[in-house]
Amino acid sequence: MSGRRHQDYLIVGVMAAIALFFLLPFVWILLTSLKPEAEVFSRSLWPSALQFDNYVRLLDKMPFWQYLRNSVLITAISVLGVVLSSSLVGYAFGCIEWRGRNFLFYFVIATMMLPMQVTMIPIFVIFKELGWLNTFKPLTVPMFLGGGAFNIFLMRQFFMTVPASLLDAARIDGCSELGIWWRVVLPLARPALATVAILTFMFTWNDFLTPLIYLSDQAKGTLALGLGQLAGQQQPEWAVLMAASVLMMLPVIVLFFLFQKYFIQGFTMSGIKE
Amino acid sequence: MRALNKNTVWGYLFASPWIVGFLLFGLYPILVSFWYSLCQYDVLRIPQYIGLRNYRELLFEDHYFYTAVWNTLFYTLVRTPLVIVGSLLLAMLVSKAVRGVRLFRTIYFIPSIISGVILSVLWMWLLNPEYGLINSTLQFFGLQGPLWLIDPRWSKPAIILMSVWSLGGGRMLVFLAAIQNVPKHFYEAVEMDGGGWWARFRHVTLPFISPVLFLWFIFEIIGSLQVFVEAYVMTKGGPLNSTLFYNLYLYNKAFDDFDMGYASALAWLLFILAGIITLIQFRVSRKWVYYSGGVGK
Repeated sequence: MSGRRHQDYLIVGVMAAIALFFLLPFVWILLTSLKPEAEVFSRSLWPSALQFDNYVRLLDKMPFWQYLRNSVLITAISVLGVVLSSSLVGYAFGCIEWRGRNFLFYFVIATMMLPMQVTMIPIFVIFKELGWLNTFKPLTVPMFLGGGAFNIFLMRQFFMTVPASLLDAARIDGCSELGIWWRVVLPLARPALATVAILTFMFTWNDFLTPLIYLSDQAKGTLALGLGQLAGQQQPEWAVLMAASVLMMLPVIVLFFLFQKYFIQGFTMSGIKE
Repeated sequence: MRALNKNTVWGYLFASPWIVGFLLFGLYPILVSFWYSLCQYDVLRIPQYIGLRNYRELLFEDHYFYTAVWNTLFYTLVRTPLVIVGSLLLAMLVSKAVRGVRLFRTIYFIPSIISGVILSVLWMWLLNPEYGLINSTLQFFGLQGPLWLIDPRWSKPAIILMSVWSLGGGRMLVFLAAIQNVPKHFYEAVEMDGGGWWARFRHVTLPFISPVLFLWFIFEIIGSLQVFVEAYVMTKGGPLNSTLFYNLYLYNKAFDDFDMGYASALAWLLFILAGIITLIQFRVSRKWVYYSGGVGK
């Protein structure tokens, strides 16, 4: 009996050691961001005085508020677009029986396998011809066109769990398909909507490549882009960079603790995190 | 018959956002991308057809291409088993019903919500040879840490270490769910035969979770082949091109040199490479993946 207990202590000890590996970087980063500049290049872990100078200096280093506004705008529109369009399309594939449904669904699945590099250049040319370079349209408009194969798949899987008898009852009552989607299916599908919304938020908030390609104008940049540029300087100012990272991580971490369940659902279902 | 037609109209209407998106940003770009790969194209002038010259130049003259392929394969082949085995071990550890285990699962998962630029910038500082957390820790134990991102021999391992940190906890939860789905009576059967820890893992856990493992092997490899932001932000492909990954090279060709034809040929070769690797995996999987046919579901 006591052998068992000893074993449990050992396991918890190992777990705690591993927890340090995952957690310590966050603590260290937060501390760096609060250190006076002179102490950044010293090995002492704890700052002599906690101060927010680096956060203030960040405002001089990059147009923070402008970038924040752009990031929030792009992310909000993207989340709206993806949730709206993937739930519409998911309804088509999950709740209506129609000719060609299965055939088209194979194409949805097939596009999941397609590396984005193959389509990236022609899409860039399309947006260039449309005169959309240096606007938010290349980042937001595509989000309203299906919202990505994975999100459609996730919605469809969830919608298929809605009993067909419920849909048929609504149809007999004279409810239109649009009405059923809005009034019957969407309220039931809140967990799926939340999962898709969170995945989209994470993707857009962190996205670096798309803004890099389309937003070369300084005033149009996003936080992710600004952070990348700040880090690319010859002599990066680490304390300021860590302050910027902490600020950018903050909404992600807050959302995580509010909606842990949906985060985990999203991450365990989607294959590709990046 | 009329009801069916009405459904078909509704079906196409609801699916129309995706259909438009697929035609505009899926099908059309694939076809055009292949056309570009056969052209010289700098975006300003119309594409000039040059046959297979881009492909010939890539395969026979461009040594950067082989550097990029080698770097990417190294990254993929080292990272994939590390992430899979590491997160499987973690999953087995946290599948034990001990006190506080749920808290540890959450802690291990937290790095998974950090990705892309933030992750890269954080790790540039963690990997700083003189003042970073990692070398400071090594120093504390009396070890001299490597120069990481500045040393061509350590730059790829450094980026791999970072991605193991950021992916391990997320994958752990996937495997944990799979382990918890294994029917308990199979373990009891092994124990009755006198099998220990290893026998339980080898003859029960592993066969049962092998379909999940296989699926994530494929995801992991496709994900690794896509590596871009890390290298763009942390190293710009250096030192000495040691982190010039495939997609970084492609990006440079497309958006620094505006050599869109050449970059499209690169994209198609990657597509083919990923296809071949996936096909090989399906072949090999017949030897080790076990489908229980619904038992335990």
